[in-house]
Amino acid sequence: MAEAEAVRREAVLPAAGARRRLSDRDGVLAWLFLLPSVVYIVALVAIPFVLAIAFSFSDVTAGDPSFDWAGLRNYQRIFDDPVFWRSLQNTLVFTAISMTLIVVFGKILANVLVADFRGKWLVRFLVLLPWTTPVALSSIAWLWLLDSIYSPIDWVLRQLGLIQTNTYWLGRPYLAMSSVIAVHVWRLVPLAAVIMVAGLVAIPKEVQEQAQVDGAGFWRRMFEITIPLTLPVIAVAALFGAIFTFTDMTVVYILTRGGPTNSTQVLASWAFIRGIEGGDVAQGAAIALFLFPLLLAAAIAILRAVRRMEVL
Amino acid sequence: MTASAATAAAGPAEAERRRAARRHLFGRAALYATAILAGLLAAGPFVWAAITALKQDPDLYNPANNPFLFNPAPTLEHVRYLFDETAFLTFAWNTLWVGLLVVAITLVLGIPAAYSLARLDRPWSGPMGVAIFFVYLIPPSLLFLSLSRIVAGIGLQDSTWSLVLIYPTITIPVSVWLLIGYLKAIPRDIEEQAMVDGYSRLGAFLRTVVPLALPGVVAVVVFAFTLTASEFIYALAFISPTHEKVISTGVPTELVRGDVFFWQSLQAATVLVAVPIAFVFNLFLERLVAGFTVGAVKG
Repeated sequence: MAEAEAVRREAVLPAAGARRRLSDRDGVLAWLFLLPSVVYIVALVAIPFVLAIAFSFSDVTAGDPSFDWAGLRNYQRIFDDPVFWRSLQNTLVFTAISMTLIVVFGKILANVLVADFRGKWLVRFLVLLPWTTPVALSSIAWLWLLDSIYSPIDWVLRQLGLIQTNTYWLGRPYLAMSSVIAVHVWRLVPLAAVIMVAGLVAIPKEVQEQAQVDGAGFWRRMFEITIPLTLPVIAVAALFGAIFTFTDMTVVYILTRGGPTNSTQVLASWAFIRGIEGGDVAQGAAIALFLFPLLLAAAIAILRAVRRMEVL
Repeated sequence: MTASAATAAAGPAEAERRRAARRHLFGRAALYATAILAGLLAAGPFVWAAITALKQDPDLYNPANNPFLFNPAPTLEHVRYLFDETAFLTFAWNTLWVGLLVVAITLVLGIPAAYSLARLDRPWSGPMGVAIFFVYLIPPSLLFLSLSRIVAGIGLQDSTWSLVLIYPTITIPVSVWLLIGYLKAIPRDIEEQAMVDGYSRLGAFLRTVVPLALPGVVAVVVFAFTLTASEFIYALAFISPTHEKVISTGVPTELVRGDVFFWQSLQAATVLVAVPIAFVFNLFLERLVAGFTVGAVKG
């Protein structure tokens, strides 16, 4: 602060040198303003990231945190483990399916949220609930909704005569996988919708009105104006949906713990079970690291697509 | 019959008008139907959680009972249990103070950083903005193992303070990203005028930009708080004593003993946490949307 005062006093000096000093000062200020955030992130994201890579080549465990070089042994062990391949596959499948559904439903919901209608405030509040509620708690609500004996979904289906016994939503591999995907879609559609609303609001009103005057119907306007114009925002929504599904372990951890027999295990939950609950930090780190290159590839692909669209 | 004959007589303009009106009516109906369906699907689990929270045991644990009605009368017993017999209030208090401290750290570090990237026009501003965005790609599920060693190394293992230290790494990047959007929306003339009036760049920033960005800042506060309240992996990995836990880990771990789930109390906790957060969020939604527009599209 004292430094800034001194700089400020200098500013009232003759105008000739002041202009140059002003730009110099902007440079210093730019760094001073940015530095704390950068230091924080480097210290608590970049360094742990490097540390995670180092751990994956070590034999660190919770009981014996001393660092000894172990070469590729951790990778060898996880490659030999069928659960790892299952987790990797599940992570990719869950993400791909969820992302698609999130974009489609998010788009529909965004169209509702930009429109004016009575009771909009209430609908918005209800629709936000899945996203703003801590994931762990909403997963608990779903755990009970999908209970093997008391599931109300089963009760309704029984009343309708569609099933005789219980469905065991979380007890059968494919149903459990569908349940996990459904919960991800349910909780992330509001986020995607909010992002897409941002894009829709930015379209100039005249464009829509002109198209309407020219006789373009709802679907035509949707596919020839709204969607092309908001593609970058849709891509951002897709990216967020993908990242949040891809890296999340909460839904799986609470609903199924990866079961039945690892059929819903994902990389994040498997790394947690190995690294924290099993105490094998090195192996957990090696598993978690597989999240990174895939995320990076997806993000670069989507950001490049956005750039290209913006140039057009 | 006569009406339609009259329409036909009235010429193509009238027919066109009526078709537009019909299409409009159909559009409204579809809109309301979609809105109601979306509301039901989104809030359904919470509505049912609220009903469950007030059910008596014999009612709840009978699969033949209608799960959407109170067969025997509702009871507040399980809500009382949540408040009196569990550490729920401690979890809530921990979530609250951790969230507020994290938000404070986020703003103190994030607002200047966003201003630097949005306004001070350095050659590295663009790449640095992208770099901050890329921090997202190193998620908690990748960092929790090494961070838990770091947290243990500095003696914060099993302390709620570890979350105060670590959560800003999640909130700063997204907040900076949103804030860049809000700051870019403030006309440059305003600070330039302040600087002409004798304020330094820093003075202009503190006295004109920060107050003008306040609505955006409030939206960021809400968003950052929600992020910290929802976080699960770090809280689960770092902290095991009951009284240091936050809501998102405390409720699912402490209200489940072995195979026994305290279902009604769990559901009560979910509803009691979900409703206020969504309510406050709804108040600031428009601001957030505006932030996403500028930040996401032009960032």
